[in-house]
Amino acid sequence: MVLKVFFPSCCATAESGLLIGRWIPEQNSAVVLAVVHFPFIPGQVKQYLSEVQRVTQVNMCVLGSWSNSKQEKEEVLDKFLEDLSTIFSHEPWIQLSKEGDSKFWSCCIFQKYPSSPKEHEFILVYYDQRKVMLSQLHPTDSLTTSADHKGNDASELGAVFDTVAKSKVLFMTDRYDDGPIKLTHWQSEGVEASIIVELMKQASVPVCVLLTFLLSLVSSVCKSRVLKFWPLSFIWSKLSTCEQLGHRLEHLQIISSNRKAQNQTQLMRKANIFVSLLIDVALGILLMSWLYRENRIGQLADTLIPVADHIAKELQDLLQWLMGVPAGLKMNRALDQVLGRFFLYHIHLWISYIHLMSPFIEMILWYVGLSACLGLTVALSILSDIIALLTFHIYCFYVYGARLYCLKIYGLSSLWRLFRGKKWNVLRQRVDSCSYDLDQLFIGTLLFTILLFLLPTTALYYLVFTLLRLLVVVVQGLIHLLVDLIDSLPLYSVILRLCRSYRLAASVKFRVLEQKPGKPLRLLMQINPLSYGSVVQTYRLTSYACYPKDSWSSLCKKLFVGELIYPWKHKEEKQD
Amino acid sequence: MEEGMYRAVSGGRIALQRRQYSASCREFSVRCPRLQLRSLSAATCSVWLAAYGLFVLSQNSMVLSAAIFITLIGLIVYLHFVKIDQESLLVIGSLGIQMTSSYASGKENTTFIEMSQVKDVVINEAIYMQKVIYYLCILLQDPREPHGVSEVVPLFQAVLQIPARRIICEERKPSVGWFPHSCFLVQPLEELIHC
Repeated sequence: MVLKVFFPSCCATAESGLLIGRWIPEQNSAVVLAVVHFPFIPGQVKQYLSEVQRVTQVNMCVLGSWSNSKQEKEEVLDKFLEDLSTIFSHEPWIQLSKEGDSKFWSCCIFQKYPSSPKEHEFILVYYDQRKVMLSQLHPTDSLTTSADHKGNDASELGAVFDTVAKSKVLFMTDRYDDGPIKLTHWQSEGVEASIIVELMKQASVPVCVLLTFLLSLVSSVCKSRVLKFWPLSFIWSKLSTCEQLGHRLEHLQIISSNRKAQNQTQLMRKANIFVSLLIDVALGILLMSWLYRENRIGQLADTLIPVADHIAKELQDLLQWLMGVPAGLKMNRALDQVLGRFFLYHIHLWISYIHLMSPFIEMILWYVGLSACLGLTVALSILSDIIALLTFHIYCFYVYGARLYCLKIYGLSSLWRLFRGKKWNVLRQRVDSCSYDLDQLFIGTLLFTILLFLLPTTALYYLVFTLLRLLVVVVQGLIHLLVDLIDSLPLYSVILRLCRSYRLAASVKFRVLEQKPGKPLRLLMQINPLSYGSVVQTYRLTSYACYPKDSWSSLCKKLFVGELIYPWKHKEEKQD
Repeated sequence: MEEGMYRAVSGGRIALQRRQYSASCREFSVRCPRLQLRSLSAATCSVWLAAYGLFVLSQNSMVLSAAIFITLIGLIVYLHFVKIDQESLLVIGSLGIQMTSSYASGKENTTFIEMSQVKDVVINEAIYMQKVIYYLCILLQDPREPHGVSEVVPLFQAVLQIPARRIICEERKPSVGWFPHSCFLVQPLEELIHC
């Protein structure tokens, strides 16, 4: 029978007394939490333990006796300690004793009704009480499913960590208290606290109340009916800035809520959101201070119109090239001219519009740049929206080209069926053979030939504008990816893993200390921290990223057929 | 403490050390062949010769600095992430099994598996290149299914063909035989500790 005793390393130099802690019978292990010193009144000890048990919900009891004698073993003390086992009845009664400065302790068990005649073997595991108390164990996936089963299936280490973490109340009494019980544990030299932390905790309550009030005002304004009319609501849904602002509003609401975080996960989530907002706003203010210095806004506005002009000129050159002999292909002259002139007129309209707006650009940019103080993510979303607005004509051309091409493809496929003598049966949703009249066949074949020979021209226009549109989509996608990265990176957890790595524990590691034959096995339990990858994965904030809606094969199919593609789909918000 | 010299799959010489701390605690550690000065100098010389050749062709001194950086960073990455110095297995009865790999730069990677998760320790066969090797692995219990196995964790990853036979078979009592072609040889965990 192997008996495991988890002993806190801070109590190794404590005076003789009683061991209190928790006994886990399923795993035959005893977790020692503190040492009660002489003199004490057994009735008061029992009362104190029952009080602590009621508050912490941990099954605490007196586990045994601890004797730390500087001189030779005293017979009287031994008898006294054995008598104590009759007062605090606990099966089995553990007796640990240390002589002088020896590293090797002796451990024995006193059982009133010895259940098994076999020799007991002892394993003494030293643990750092403060680190284990503050640490959070992250079991691997195979254990999380069994976390629901209590009892035998529960992880032994999980039980140990749980016991120490829940016994915070026990560690609040230090030796300067005037109570009847004198304890030794990691905080018995005096409870340490930071005045700054306490002041911040006191100040956070009114700040949270104020923030909640302001946020409720803002959200009621946003939800007002005025902004819900059709053109406005359509615009809000298309602009990524509004989405990003909505997300940040939600985050602020989570932080400023009055409810205390229920468990560790919620606390980490709040902390991560807070740090992410802080960094975001700091970067945004940095960007703003850089933009508004040396009249950079004016310079930006001055370069914006020439850039738009340049893009329009490039597009015009491209269309002239398409109207000529592009890449050596011979186009249909008439259709080519029609399409080319149509798109050229569009570009002319767009350029006139931009020139109309040019006096106001600087002012608009100046005010829009102020919103960068809300955060770098908001600034990036605005940038993405500006790109979308500036390349609106490319989007229009893409839609025209795609619609034309799509019509052509559908017409061709239907007439190809006619060419072969088949028909699409709408009722049965399949292709059936059909006998056509001669004039139907004649007209059909004529139309089919016309469409077929006009296909290369349309296809080329479609190809060119689809490529341009994809380029713009990729640029916007990259910006959104960056925004999502800033939004969802759990910075607080990463910094915690860097500075206080024992707080995030993946598991433990044991080190075998010096042994002496005949004495119990001595092990040191240390905390094995989580790897950075698992930290990011576990504590990742919900991301509102845009993910590709279609797989590559369906995307290619859509491109071939001419369906309009909207490659980025906004991920639905994950509920906690 | 006992020590024995064996040969690994890659051909280098490895040393197996067995220690018994107490009746329920044993440690097996395997020491891998050290980094040879010969191979290190060969790699460095080849990289620098190539860099010098490029320098002569292009007359750009950045090539030489780049070669120095590449050598340094490559060496650091190799020592810190690739070259395993020692692997050890610590079996503590009723607590669990701990595997530690220590790299040449001093980094230590530890994994601890609790005893309640361990179903069994077996010797498994695998085909590696043109021969069959035997390696030790731990079967983890599936919490949902009492008879199922959720994961197979191979031990001593760096030195695949460990003296699995040596660890287990030399300890077996001579009355029980061992068939080298059996696929699974289930060795009760208690025997692993107490043998």
